[in-house]
Amino acid sequence: MAGLEDLYREIILDHYRSPRNRGELTTPPAIRVEGFNPLCGDEIVLYLEVADDIVTDVKISGQGCSISQSSASMMSAAIKGKSVVEVRALIRSFKAMMSIHEATLGEEGVEEIGPIDPDSFGELAALQGVVKFPVRIKCATLSWNTLVQALEEAATA
Amino acid sequence: MASLEVQTLAVEAIKADFPLLSRVQAGRKIVFLDSAASAQRPQAVLDAMDDYYSTTHANVHRGVYAIAEEATRRYEEGRLAAGRLINAPNPSREIILTKNVTEAYNLVTYTWGRKNLQRGDVVVLTESEHHANIVPWLMLKAEREIEIRYLRVNDDFRLDLSNLDEVVRDAKFVSVTAASNVLGTITDLAPIVAAAHRAGALVMADGAQLVPHRPVDVQALDLDLFGYTGHKLMGPTGIGVLWARAEILEAMPPFLGGGEMINDVRLDSFTTNELPWKFEAGTPPIAESIGLGAAIKYLEAIGLDRIAAHEAALTDYTLNRLTETFPEIEIFGPPAGADRRGGVISFKLGDIHPHDVAQVLDEHAVCVRAGHHCAKPLMRRLGVNATTRASLYLYNDEHDVETLIEALVDVKRMFQ
Ligand SMILES: Cc1ncc(COP(=O)(O)O)c(C=O)c1O
Repeated sequence: MAGLEDLYREIILDHYRSPRNRGELTTPPAIRVEGFNPLCGDEIVLYLEVADDIVTDVKISGQGCSISQSSASMMSAAIKGKSVVEVRALIRSFKAMMSIHEATLGEEGVEEIGPIDPDSFGELAALQGVVKFPVRIKCATLSWNTLVQALEEAATA
Repeated sequence: MASLEVQTLAVEAIKADFPLLSRVQAGRKIVFLDSAASAQRPQAVLDAMDDYYSTTHANVHRGVYAIAEEATRRYEEGRLAAGRLINAPNPSREIILTKNVTEAYNLVTYTWGRKNLQRGDVVVLTESEHHANIVPWLMLKAEREIEIRYLRVNDDFRLDLSNLDEVVRDAKFVSVTAASNVLGTITDLAPIVAAAHRAGALVMADGAQLVPHRPVDVQALDLDLFGYTGHKLMGPTGIGVLWARAEILEAMPPFLGGGEMINDVRLDSFTTNELPWKFEAGTPPIAESIGLGAAIKYLEAIGLDRIAAHEAALTDYTLNRLTETFPEIEIFGPPAGADRRGGVISFKLGDIHPHDVAQVLDEHAVCVRAGHHCAKPLMRRLGVNATTRASLYLYNDEHDVETLIEALVDVKRMFQ
């Protein structure tokens, strides 16, 4: 059985206790998207500002467990200032790390994802241990699924 | 050492009847505090089902050979036990066996509801219902535009009955939980049943959380319909129980169609079987009925009065230990010593998320539930997304509670 130390790494607890980019943005220009985890009732509200295909700002509010909150916090830090293309690539790699393989889903999903280099993840690599706790994968991916939705809305806006 | 003031059950001996409770997880013995979600099974239930499959299995109500007749008799004995447990007046006709109690409520809304409710007709539920007793009604509302009114929950976690007559006025059907799977409150059904009957409505109670823990008498309660589920009272999964007065069932159209539920079938028409088989289409849950019967025998042998007394003492003990150890704990339910309170204890430990609480408890082999407990309207009323829920049963004792407390101390150490 996987130990708790695999799940609750120090970086995760740090992001949980002091979440980055918490708050709200004015809509518009920002896009506001809500995500729900029907399993536990957690909810996340993601505010995303995209200009010239760059994520210029991101804020997060809502409630959740340490895994969903720290994942959202790390995600926000990782995507701020990145191009939409880079963010999409990061989403795919993150989901692959969570053992979610969507190669057959979506139009852009056909490309194969190569082996993931944990170094490219920075702090996000700390979430790797979640895979050993299958019920918690939904917690870790809640903010990322919400981000996917926000990017879609940004593309059509 | 911790102990209860009054010992009504020999819990050590009871624990030994449950094979799963001797399971060891990473060097620790399982402490099972999630019986409100599903209880464990005593060996007697497993043996009864094994015995049926190894000696008596055949389809029921069909064969004339000895094994088939025996299978039919044992299946029907499960039905009689299910009726006896709630003092149903006419169990051989009025007890319908379903796949779970959720199906029982869907049966009621689909058949009684669609036959009797039109646009604007009023159904009364409570804010503390399990989704099983809300969503089928909401489905009917989407189809029929019925009106659903709710009895609200007060700040003392009990139903607000101050405007009862007003809420049930002109209602056709009132359906209320007999015991909450979140708050631990046991509903005072008498005034609700009386008011509903004065208004001319039928009354159903959801006994899923009551029947495993307290003696129940549907006649004394003057109910019209009642449901409970097998797996929460130590029976198998895959079986639920619906009781209703025969004249109500007679007037209801059938639910699922197929074998067993018919009297005659022609190319362009059919007639239905008599009660209760009219509502049991297809091969029924035979082994499950036999297992349910064995679980009921086990409950009866120990005695629901004694189980209730044990749970009441252990609930008080748990509430006291939780509140004295964790001053910041918020308990969503009546306090220690309260009347009409069962052993379901929902709480929040400061800001620590229930998911994280349950995860660390699992490390201590303590099994609790974290989440919305299939009662989202109630969670909204309580102002939370999720709670941690520990629920007690006859096989729990103060040692289990102490392990819970130790594990919660560990949770705090980790998240603060
Ligand atoms: C109060 C209450 N009603 C109904 C149900 C539904 O039971 P089942 O899932 O067996 O149909 C439950 C169990 O989760 C419950 O606690």
